[in-house]
Order: sequence, then C-alpha cells, then structure tokens
Amino acid sequence: MSTRIRESRGQEMALTAMVAVVIMLLSLLPMLRLIKEIVAPGGTLSGIAIEAGLRSPATWIATWHTLVVSIGGTLLAVLSGTLVAVLITLTDIRGRSALMLCYVMPLMIAPQVTALAWLQLFGPASPFLKLFGAAPPLGTRNPLYSTSGIILLLGVQYGPLVFLLVRAGLRKLPRELVEAARAGGAGWLTVLVTVVLPLMTPSIMAATALAFVSCVGNFGIPAFLGIPANYLVLPTLIYQRLAGGGPAVLGETAFLSVLIGIIAMAGILAQEVMSRRRDYRISSTSLPAEPYELGRWRPAVQAGMWLLIVSVLFLPLFGLVLTSLVPGYGIALTAKTATLDNYRFVLFEHDAASRAFFNSFWLSISAAVFAVIVAVPIGYLIAWGKQRWVRLLNLSVELPYALPGVVLAIASLLLFLRPIPLTGIQLYNTVWIILYAYLARFLVLALRPTISGYHQIDRALEEAAQVAGAGLFLRMRTIIFPLVAPAAIAGGLLIFMTALSELTVSALLWSSGSETIGVVMFSFEQGGDSNYAAAMSVITVAVTFVLMLTTNLLARHLPSGVLPWRD
Amino acid sequence: MARLTLDNVTKSFADFDAVRDVSIDVGDGEFLAVLGPSGCGKTTLLRLIAGFEKVTSGEIRIGNEVMSGKGGSVAPEKRRVGIVFQNYALWPHMTVAENIGYSLKVAKLDKAAARRKVEDALALVNLQGLGERRPANLSGGQRQRVALARCLVAAPSLVLFDEPLANLDVHLRASMEDEFAAFHKRTGTTIVYITHDQAEAMALADRIAVMDHGRLAQLATPRQLYREPANEMVSSFISQGILLPADVLSAEEGGHCKVRVLGTELVVRCRTGERPRAGARICCRSADVQVVPDGPGLDGHVKRVIYQGGSARIEFTPSAGPDLTLHFEQPDPVMLESGTQARLRIRSGWLIPAARAA
Repeated sequence: MSTRIRESRGQEMALTAMVAVVIMLLSLLPMLRLIKEIVAPGGTLSGIAIEAGLRSPATWIATWHTLVVSIGGTLLAVLSGTLVAVLITLTDIRGRSALMLCYVMPLMIAPQVTALAWLQLFGPASPFLKLFGAAPPLGTRNPLYSTSGIILLLGVQYGPLVFLLVRAGLRKLPRELVEAARAGGAGWLTVLVTVVLPLMTPSIMAATALAFVSCVGNFGIPAFLGIPANYLVLPTLIYQRLAGGGPAVLGETAFLSVLIGIIAMAGILAQEVMSRRRDYRISSTSLPAEPYELGRWRPAVQAGMWLLIVSVLFLPLFGLVLTSLVPGYGIALTAKTATLDNYRFVLFEHDAASRAFFNSFWLSISAAVFAVIVAVPIGYLIAWGKQRWVRLLNLSVELPYALPGVVLAIASLLLFLRPIPLTGIQLYNTVWIILYAYLARFLVLALRPTISGYHQIDRALEEAAQVAGAGLFLRMRTIIFPLVAPAAIAGGLLIFMTALSELTVSALLWSSGSETIGVVMFSFEQGGDSNYAAAMSVITVAVTFVLMLTTNLLARHLPSGVLPWRD
Repeated sequence: MARLTLDNVTKSFADFDAVRDVSIDVGDGEFLAVLGPSGCGKTTLLRLIAGFEKVTSGEIRIGNEVMSGKGGSVAPEKRRVGIVFQNYALWPHMTVAENIGYSLKVAKLDKAAARRKVEDALALVNLQGLGERRPANLSGGQRQRVALARCLVAAPSLVLFDEPLANLDVHLRASMEDEFAAFHKRTGTTIVYITHDQAEAMALADRIAVMDHGRLAQLATPRQLYREPANEMVSSFISQGILLPADVLSAEEGGHCKVRVLGTELVVRCRTGERPRAGARICCRSADVQVVPDGPGLDGHVKRVIYQGGSARIEFTPSAGPDLTLHFEQPDPVMLESGTQARLRIRSGWLIPAARAA
C-alpha cells in the first residue's frame, strides 16, 4: 500500500519542482544577484557602491528629473484616463467599443514609436505640417524636446492604463448605490462626486501606482525626447553610462537601477497605505447602473472624445506614415516625392535592420511560446494548488515585470557577464541574454490571463479525469491544457506584441549581431535617419494591429479582461 | 464492487472540523444516502472517500485496502471510484463518446474494445447514436446520463453521487431517480449518494446517514429514521417532526412506555431498556396529532393557519407551555381558524433516547 501512496504523489512533486526551478532561475536569481552587487560588490560586504552612487551629482539630477516627469506624466494619465473611463462607462455615449479600441491602442504601441510619431508631427521637418506649409523653419528646435514634452507623451502613453483599471472598477459599481443616491435627491454630478468617485478610490489609486511605476521605468520616451535636450532621467542615465563605460561601470549602474526599483516600490507602497485608510469595499454585486443620458450634450461630448482620439492616436500615426514615405529629411511630401524606398531599405538593404526584424520576431515568438507552456503548470499550482508557499511564487513572477525593465536588464548583465559556472557557456554579448531577460520579464503577461482562465473552469472537470484514473501529466495534456489554452495563448499574443518592439531591455543588452527592432529604430533616430525609423515603426504597428484583430477571434473563448482592448 | 469502511474519520480545516469522528460501514452492493443540511460536512465526506481531501485522522478502506489513513493517502486516480458530479463535469472539448471513453483511453484499452464498451454504456443510459454530439448540445437530463455512463464504463468498485439531481427541474428529477434506482439494481454497485433532499434519499437508499455539524447523527434505514429518530436533530430534520418535552413515568415494556407531556399522560414507543427519567423529549408526526372536540388532550391557541392546497399547516401554542409552538399539518377540510382555541390529542410518538455521555 505504501508504494501506491508514494507513487501517486510523484508527478505532483515533479511538477512543483519544475515550477520552482523555473521561477528561481527567472525571477529570484537576477534580483538576488543585483542586491548582492549593491551590498557586497566584489564579494565582500561594503558600502562603497552605495556611497559612490550617492556622492555623484548626476545621480541626484537624474532622480529629480525622474520624479518630475513621472509625477507629471502620472497626473496627466490619471486625469485623462479617469475622465475617459467615466464618459465611456457611465454615459450613453455612442460607439463605445470603437472608442475603447482606439483609446487603448497607444498602450499596445511601444513608447519609442509613440515618441517618434509625435516628434514627426511637430518637428520642423514634419511632412504633416508641410502639407499646409505650417512647419517651423528648418533648424528650429522641436518643442517636444523638453520636460513638458516628456510629461505629455507619458500621459498619452499611460492614460489608457488608468482607463482600463478605472473602467473595470466602474463596471463593478452596483446600480443600487447610484440609484439610492439619486432617489435621495442628488443630481448626476453630485452622485459622481459624492458616491461614484469615492467608491472608485481603490481603482484610481491602483491605477495611479501602476502609471507611476510605468513612467519611472519608461525608457523610450525620455530616450527620444530627453537625450537630445540633455535631459536625463535614471533609465537614460544608466543607458548613457553603460554605452560609454561598458562593463566597467556595471557596479555604478546597478546602484542606479536599484534606485529606480526603490522609487517604483515607494509608489506602490504609498498606494497600499492610502487605500487602507478607509473602507471602500463594495459588498453587493448587481447589474451596472443605467447609463446617464447626456441629452443635448451628447454630440458635443462625442465630438470631444473623437477629437481626443484623433489627436493622440490618428494624427501621430498619420505623421509617422507620412515620414516613412518621404525620401529624405526635410523634403516636402508630394505625389512626386512619395516613395517606398525607406521600407525597402530597412527590410532588405540595411544589414542590421533586416537582422533586427529577424531577431525580434524569433525572440518574441520564443518568449511567447515558452511563457504559454510554462504558464499552464505555474497557473495550476497558483490557482488550484494547496500549498500556501506557491502563492508566494506568484509574487516573485510579478516582480521582474513590476520593476522597471532597466532593473532586470542590469541584473541580467551582472548574472551573465562571466560565463555560467561549471558549463562555461557565455551568454553576455549574445542574443541569448536578451531571450533570458524576455522570458523573465514577460512570463507574467501569460500567467495572469491563465490564472483567470483557471478561476473560470470548474475544478470538477479535472477531478472527473482524476477519478477516471488519469495521472497529473495526462490530465494536464488532455483536460487542463485544452481548457485554459485560449487564455494562455491570448497571453502569449500579448507577449509577442509587447516584445516585438521592446526597447528598454534590449537597449542595454544588445550587441552587434543581436540587434532588435527597437534598438535599430533608436539608432536610426539618433543618427538623424527618422525616415528609416518611421518605416520600421509603421511595420511594427501594422503587425501589432493585425495581431490585435486576430486575437479578437479568440475573444469568445476568453475570460473577460484578458484582452485589454475588449470588455 | 466492494465494501466501504470509514473508521473514526475526522477532517479539520484550520480550526474547524468539517467532518468529526464519523464511522460508517457500507456493505457490498449497498445504496447509502448521506443526508444533511448544507454545511453539515456531507460534501467533504464524499471528497474524503474520493481522495480529493486527506483525512486528519481515522481511516478509509475500500474492500480490504486502506485508501486514507495514517500511512498517507492513495491518489484519487488510483482508487477506482466513480463520481457523478452535481454539475456533470463533462469535458466541453470532447464529444460524448470521448467523454465516456476517457477512462478506457487512460487505461490504454485497445481501441475496438473501448469503442464497444462506449456503445454499451450509451445503450445502457438510452443515448444510442448521440456519441458524436458535444456536451453543450445536450439537455440537462442527457448530460446527467452521459455523466452516469462515463462513470460506469470503468466498472468502478464504488460510485459516488454528489447531489446529482440538484440542477435538474422537478419533472426530470423523478425520472432520473427511477433511472438511478434501476442502475443500482442492474449493476449491484456500492453507491454513496450525497443529497440534501430527504424525499430523494428515502426513495433510493437502503440506509441513510444523517449528518449534522460534521458528525454522524444517525445511520439507519429510511423507515427507522422516520419512526425512531436517534436525537432531536434527526427528529426535526426528517419530515419536520414535532418535538415536545416529556417526563418518562414508567420503564419500557414491550417497546412502549408511559410519559407525561404538558400535563397529559400518554403512551409512546421507545427503545428497549428505557427507565423513568425527567427532561426527556418525544417526537410526533403530523399524522399522530388529531384535533378533537373533547376528551383528553392538549388545550391551546391556534396562532396561524397557512393553507397549502389539500392541507394546512397549523401553528399551535399549548396553554400548558406558552413558549412552545407546534407546527403540524392537517388535511382538508381544515376547520381550525387562527385566533381560536382548540384541543389536540396526541395518539402516538417516539421517545427520543437519552444523549449518550460523550
């Protein structure tokens, strides 16, 4: 009997061990390595690294800049995101799903593409402004190369993030609470201010924290807008140090990256503390409130919404497309000058660019496939497992994504600067170190939808297979995987879209031969070849858009909330 | 087919005992119903038998083999039990035939033999020709039958039913009840059937285990449960028995004894060996209560009459016990009206045995 008992637990133990190893390698190891570099550089405990970092004035200037643009960008994102969420969710505005899709779109576009698009729109070479002859004279400074430019674009980039969280909260608002207030004689605006928004505080706080963390860690926007103006934030400071000093300055950048991590964590902690101060729990669940009738204001509100979407989405993308069609800097776009040469150049002629397309595609596909395969067993243990410590694993998988990408990139560098012990395999200066970082960073994007997929499946389906005699691995393959596959695969597609034009991690990890789309785009832009950068951007945006539409086909089989741009 | 033995089984979650010290011996081929209000631990008991939960103490044996006990727990997939789940738990990504044949595939049975067995199982539950359908395209009753076929195709030694009729409408329930009874007769499988519906339990089971707060309140045949409840919980839970305070006046003689209830003496059935004692209780059924114009009986006040179609439910407060409220049913024509006085004669009853000192 005892052997029977032992063998039946074997598969579960094997699964748990496998998951523990994956999480150890991808989540805990890099973080521990980073911490070791700070407190014990070179192997002995010392405060030298911290001291050196604290003494450098550049550290303080960049920290100050980081705080300024992050707080500014967060405020802008929270105000715009909340306003749009209230208008789209609580009023009878028309064309909600189209509005929603368009408003959330910037979130699916890489920050450096957003930055490039806006730069092309307002710069002196802007083909768009040239269409009406309104472009500033050549040589004029682009107004976006400034603090307020960075804040504006961070707000545009992360407004949709706030929107999604606040909207999810608003949809859970029970209609009785609104109706009770209206029955009590309150007008709609009073209800909004006294009932709806106070109840939304947890959602708004969570959104604020998330937007703040994203702003702190953003590299693409301050890299494109700040570096030309010599306005450095912490991520761009790390980039410049590393680009100039190489591995010699790793210790110093490790300190800076931990500083970014601390600022980001402080934002999350502040949110925790604030939302504990009052009880916002909503006890009942019921139908959402009837939409508020805008009446004669409806056309105006609708026009305002579309104007917003045209200016944050369509105009910049339009500008990007125009730039990708002109033959050279500053040339006006006419029927005669329009050309597809830029596309041909980046796709077929320029070695690094065509290599980058190849690299980014296979890196993104590998990261997505790996994450989907690994997310199913990890999700199983987290959602259905009985061991309590497994829930801690969930936190550690979140960590590499919650922390700014720069932090993970530096940690990966430290980890693989020297060959892996015992094997002698060298990852540094190869494309594999980027793959490692992608796996670690994006795993959670597939894990979250998978876990919500598990929560929607009746556990009895697995138990029925179990009493039919199927062991854990067989159940995984024949019952569990087919049932959670749509959610996991949707997560994989999100990973693919995010990783395809990723810049933050690869900017620090790339080497000659392992360029990514983001890296080549960045170097084109830095070298003044905006047309090539624009052509690459247009291609990635198009791929992303096609993928979004494809993923929509899966929507029927998905738990709600898995696809950010759909209800 | 096998015997199922539970020996002092206890299951604790954190600081709460879901199942406490339960011992049941289910004979080979017996149909046992486990009955109880929600939260009484009956579902936990089923999950313990299936192996989804591990016992905190005690032992579970199927046949002669220890499944759960001190030495550990045999995994559910190795226990050879079948379960019919409350919500059927049919796999939506497989056809009906694939659902039924799953355990055969797991056992690596040769394909032709498996197909034949699936056909047989489909025929047994009257679903011939529906093998290629998806579960989503079946009615509730058909899904239930697929679940039944899936469970019996593996010829399990023990079949567990987890409230299998709870999701069906009233008409279907009766016909599925018949089907379960026929299934049991045909296969002779040992069955443990969890339910909160006593009519269902009474109709199907050889014996019923009534559970209350994780404990086994009584294990008996349906008739015995109704006529001779072992304690107050069972008395009031089964057919809403009327509980009355009583003093035992005489020792048991021929299965009866004399008691005084609210100042009136009457003779009730009792266990052998009962001795005179105070503070006892008796359980009566509606059929034992008669409204009489005169003669010996309980005087009291009719608080409420709720007409229920064919009969009425009466709330009655005896004058001798103004804190008590008796609920009983009276068949039509109902003469009582609320607010009036009436006299009740209690023709018979059952003396609830004294609680054993734990």
